[in-house]
Amino acid sequence: MKKNWPLWEIFVRSKNGLEHRHFGSLHAADAEMALENARDVYTRRNEGVSIWVVESKHITASNPEHNGEMFEPAQDKVYRHPTFYDLPDEIKHM
Amino acid sequence: MKNEKLYNYILGIADNNLILGQRLGELCGHGPNLETDIACTNISLDLLGQVRSFYQYATKVEGQDKTEDDVAMLRTEREYLNVLLVEQPNTDFAYTIARQFLFDVYHLLFLQELQKSNDFTLVAIANKSIKEVSYHLRFSSDWIKRLGDGTQTSHQKIQQAIDDLWTYTDELFHQTETDKIMVEHGIGVDVTKLRDTYYVQVGEVLAEATLQVPESKYFQKGGKHGIHTEHLGYLLSDLQYMQRTYPNMKW
Repeated sequence: MKKNWPLWEIFVRSKNGLEHRHFGSLHAADAEMALENARDVYTRRNEGVSIWVVESKHITASNPEHNGEMFEPAQDKVYRHPTFYDLPDEIKHM
Repeated sequence: MKNEKLYNYILGIADNNLILGQRLGELCGHGPNLETDIACTNISLDLLGQVRSFYQYATKVEGQDKTEDDVAMLRTEREYLNVLLVEQPNTDFAYTIARQFLFDVYHLLFLQELQKSNDFTLVAIANKSIKEVSYHLRFSSDWIKRLGDGTQTSHQKIQQAIDDLWTYTDELFHQTETDKIMVEHGIGVDVTKLRDTYYVQVGEVLAEATLQVPESKYFQKGGKHGIHTEHLGYLLSDLQYMQRTYPNMKW
């Protein structure tokens, strides 16, 4: 018998209109319990209006050892940012 | 006369919260795991929040210089009017959940009726409390089902806890003289009318949890009159220690 409950990742939407953000993780036997635990652990100070739970094993993460090939090639390609356009003065908040 | 009755009536409601809140608070840092520990402590804090509203109102009704803290901390055992169920110890997690469930079903039914009182302060407190208590019931019912329909060991433990605590359920529907007068004035809840619904609702959850409804017809009562089980004294000595040892201390 497995002694520990599986790990779940918790995402909380703090206000309607905002996206769900990762808040942390916790242990629970199933999705329903994960929701209740998340409610008690992460929203007891009025932090949220909606909760998503995902069992951690369903998340595929990039390997930090591959950070070189994954992310470094983007570092010297500043032209990929849209910063080379002349904006007319009338356009604000870009 | 009426004020004194109302004062006692409010204590009869609120003392349940105080004592159950204290019991759950004992689990702080000692729950079976971090998540359940926080859940039990949250419920405890909900109950203590409700207690404050009730005691503040009680001191106003009484009209002396007492504060809510005096009411909570400085009474003797016989002056606490909580039911016997809520003072029962946290023997293990099954007992904690069984006690919670058996109280939550009653608590919600009671608050729904209290919303119809002609005392506006009691209605306001009931309105505020009802969402919290709905969640308590959801939490404890879920756990009853998980433990009942879980492993052989969890099934046996929760059945044992339900069997042992069953003897304290009937007292919830026992009407004191104060209760009767408050019902006559349109202030109080007629708890005798909640009994049937209570046992139906409890039975439904127990059935879903594959648990047996105990058949015992032997029930204990006394708490509502201040006559308690041996457990309350120990609980109060913990609860009151600071105020008794350092009178009037604040922090």
